[in-house]
Amino acid sequence: MLNLKQIYNFEWKFLGVALLISAVGILTIYSATHSITTHSAAPYYEKQIYWIIIGLIFLFLAAAIDYHTVIKYAYVIYGITLLLLIIVLIKGRTGLGAQRWLSLGPLSFQPSELAKLAIIIFLARYFSDKKSSGGFKIKELILPAALVFIPVLLILKQPDLGTALMVLFIFVMITLLAGISIRSLLVFIFVNVITIPFIAHYFWGMLKGYQKNRILAFFNPEIDPQGIGYHIIQSKIAIGSGGFFGKGLFQGTQNKLKFIPEKHTDFIFSVFAEEWGFIGALVLLTLYLILILWGVTIAYKAKDRSGALLAAGIVCMTTFYFIVNVGMTIGIMPVVGIPLPLMSYGGTSIITTMIALGLLINIKMRRLLLFY
Amino acid sequence: MLDKQEDLKDIQGRFPFLIAFVVIAFFVLLIRTGYLQLIKGGHFQELSESNRLRSLPIEPYRGLIFDRNGELLAHNVPAFHLSFILEDLKDKATTIKKVSGFVGISEKEINEKIKTRRDTYPFAPVRIKENIGAKEVALIEAHRLDLPGVIVEAVARREYRHGNMAAHLLGYLSEITQSQLDNVVSDTVYPGMTVGQNGVEKTYDEILRGIPGYKEVEVDAYGHEVQIFNINRPVRGNDIYLTIDMNLQKIAEDALGNESGAVVAVDTTSGDILAMASHPPYDHNLLSKRVNVKDWEALINDPATPLNNRAIQGLYPPGSVYKIVTAAATIERETLKLNENIQCKGGLQFGRRYFRDWKAGGHGNVALHRAIVESCDVYFYKAGIALGVDGMADYALKLGLGSPTGIDLPSEKGGLIPTRSWKLSARKQEWLEGETLSVAIGQGYVLTTPMQLAMLISAVANSGVKHRPKSVFGIKDQKTGELYRFPPVETGRVEIREETFQILRAALRGVVNEQGGTAGGVRSKVAEIGGKTGTAQVIALKPNLPKELLNQKRFKDHALFVAFAPVSDPRIAVSVVVEHGGKGSSAAAPIAKKIIEGYLKNVKS
Repeated sequence: MLNLKQIYNFEWKFLGVALLISAVGILTIYSATHSITTHSAAPYYEKQIYWIIIGLIFLFLAAAIDYHTVIKYAYVIYGITLLLLIIVLIKGRTGLGAQRWLSLGPLSFQPSELAKLAIIIFLARYFSDKKSSGGFKIKELILPAALVFIPVLLILKQPDLGTALMVLFIFVMITLLAGISIRSLLVFIFVNVITIPFIAHYFWGMLKGYQKNRILAFFNPEIDPQGIGYHIIQSKIAIGSGGFFGKGLFQGTQNKLKFIPEKHTDFIFSVFAEEWGFIGALVLLTLYLILILWGVTIAYKAKDRSGALLAAGIVCMTTFYFIVNVGMTIGIMPVVGIPLPLMSYGGTSIITTMIALGLLINIKMRRLLLFY
Repeated sequence: MLDKQEDLKDIQGRFPFLIAFVVIAFFVLLIRTGYLQLIKGGHFQELSESNRLRSLPIEPYRGLIFDRNGELLAHNVPAFHLSFILEDLKDKATTIKKVSGFVGISEKEINEKIKTRRDTYPFAPVRIKENIGAKEVALIEAHRLDLPGVIVEAVARREYRHGNMAAHLLGYLSEITQSQLDNVVSDTVYPGMTVGQNGVEKTYDEILRGIPGYKEVEVDAYGHEVQIFNINRPVRGNDIYLTIDMNLQKIAEDALGNESGAVVAVDTTSGDILAMASHPPYDHNLLSKRVNVKDWEALINDPATPLNNRAIQGLYPPGSVYKIVTAAATIERETLKLNENIQCKGGLQFGRRYFRDWKAGGHGNVALHRAIVESCDVYFYKAGIALGVDGMADYALKLGLGSPTGIDLPSEKGGLIPTRSWKLSARKQEWLEGETLSVAIGQGYVLTTPMQLAMLISAVANSGVKHRPKSVFGIKDQKTGELYRFPPVETGRVEIREETFQILRAALRGVVNEQGGTAGGVRSKVAEIGGKTGTAQVIALKPNLPKELLNQKRFKDHALFVAFAPVSDPRIAVSVVVEHGGKGSSAAAPIAKKIIEGYLKNVKS
């Protein structure tokens, strides 16, 4: 399965950009947490290094196994994921008010993380199996839509609003890229406009109180500056007070004095932007832009439809993370609790991202290959 | 063999849209970040500073209060308040349950306190129970680790060492009110500071309270101090020495006992208040602990009005005490000759009304001296008619009635001396001639405070020297350790001739010391006392009450007595009002005697 020749095609520079962002992440986590004492002996930044090393192993594995094999087992992967999502609802471990974790011996992981990749793989398989000239018709979209909605509902039930929204986003993006007939698109938009108020109403009813609060606070943070709007206001103060040059490494007062919530995970961009200022933010955002556009190029140059769609799905996932996370720290997106890929502290996020990047490299490596 | 490339043209053709989406999103994020950091950067820098920097006031040590002999009356003791920092509470329900068990406050009450928290800043302590005992403090401290967010605040509390004694004169402390904050221009107060709310604690608050210190600290999001930048130490308040003599105050309070009323004793040579009592008293130790709303409302709605300082706020008709004024006016204006006898048959017909004398059989033929000694009403009816209401008012005002005495205590009342023009403007009615007769014996519209009556008799005793009465004798400067004495403040002389005062003093001496004098019962072996009794009718206002009600205490007359001593060389003047005490001679005069004897014995020894 792994051909030595392929090593030459490995996207070392692409991986380099990703590791550069990770390094910035480690430094920022160090700044955010060096006063916090963790329960376990190792500090956060050190654990993050271990996670990145483990993530790299997964990245190389994901790059090594031919992605066609992955596409081949798409439905099996989908089925297993669905099963895990059901199990997690029944037997899952609760953390931070949500039932998201499954324990496997000493390790625990979130099936919803797996679900994101499984759905991308499943959609790439579905839309590359069927070919239609002039785009897919509504009739052909019902099955994939149904198969996406089942895990979305299960994820919402946990509840994990951010992941559910992301899966829907990926579905819409892949469908648009795979091709949808103009007529179907118009019908789709029309149906959406009609049903969204009802769906939104149902959706609103499904949300937990804190989720509703976060969305309300997004529209008006001043409703309750000590409560639900607190995160947004303090994050904006942190970023804004960074100014042009920033307060300097380890000098962020909003960070040091714990005004920034979840500062080593969801709000890591706030910590970074406070200490590095606009200059730093510009560099960091540009690194992400490079990474994403590189991913788009890989998708564009993919050898086949399944590769192109798989790559595009991964790009959309990363883009969604990037926009929503940075957007929430600067107050233009609601706080839905999703990490900034490669920067935020957390093993699950790092490993999922690394697998995704591994798949991208995989697609790139095999684009000029002889067919077997 | 090269794999035949799949036809991807259609998908590839759509990638520019994806690229456009990514690039647009990138710029939206970048522009927004730039807006926050570059355009609004200054604003957010300020917010970030005010987030982390806090200027915390440090309460200064309040000055002590002593009496004129240096006896300590008010000092500060440590007190402990139980507070919650809501943001630090881990398990609210369990914590409330545990705390409820430790300090004896119901869970319901705790929940109410939490709900009614005032919005100050995040992580501000919310007071749950004030002044918890040492045992409770120990319990909480011992369980500190199980009760995150529960803290014990140590503060200074005012303690008045003589219980309720002189409560009205001393006053009490409580949290500064919004209007007080608005009125103080200086930065010597801050919200939440404890300040004087009555008595000398209020009038001398600026001297007593000292200057608050400030601590510039950096706090984290949990309100915990991370770093102290700067400390301005507070400046201790200055001590004050009151004019009262606590021994004399005790005599006055004991003599008044459970009766409602007031006693004022002044030094006739300086205007120093030697004793000032108002009953019923209030518990100023309790008030200074910051009473709860329920207790406070009970106190302000108490029909016995314990918060009222009757000595300076109680308005009473002076009754026969007012005859001093009528007599002074008669002598000065010579409306009746000094030895002109008036026949008293126990009453006087005036117009359609018969004005009774208190002595049904009458006093026979009396001139001014005997009329004062025996307190003959008919004589003063005639004197009043001869003077007219405005003539009497002229001398009442000269002797200091009808306006506040200017004592250094808050909310003094001015009383009322009626005149024709007053009635016309206040009541929109013409003066009735019959009302002149009531005024002549201190009834009708006349209202005075015990403080005014004390200054009236003091002026008679010292031949018309008017002092501004004062309750503070001196201030001890904390920096120099020196005691600054306030000199007596003479505010003028009463425009009445010396001979007139001599005649009055002789008559007032007669009231106590001559045969048939109304206050013969208080003749003293210690010193010769001069005085005047008074009985103010409460019932006159409600003439149609049935007989059985008249025996109830609340319809009994107010008993009054003013006195000075020794007659030959006056040094102390006293006024006593006993509400519903009955006759001035029996209810009020003995109290005055005890005070005078207590004072003069002490001074002599």
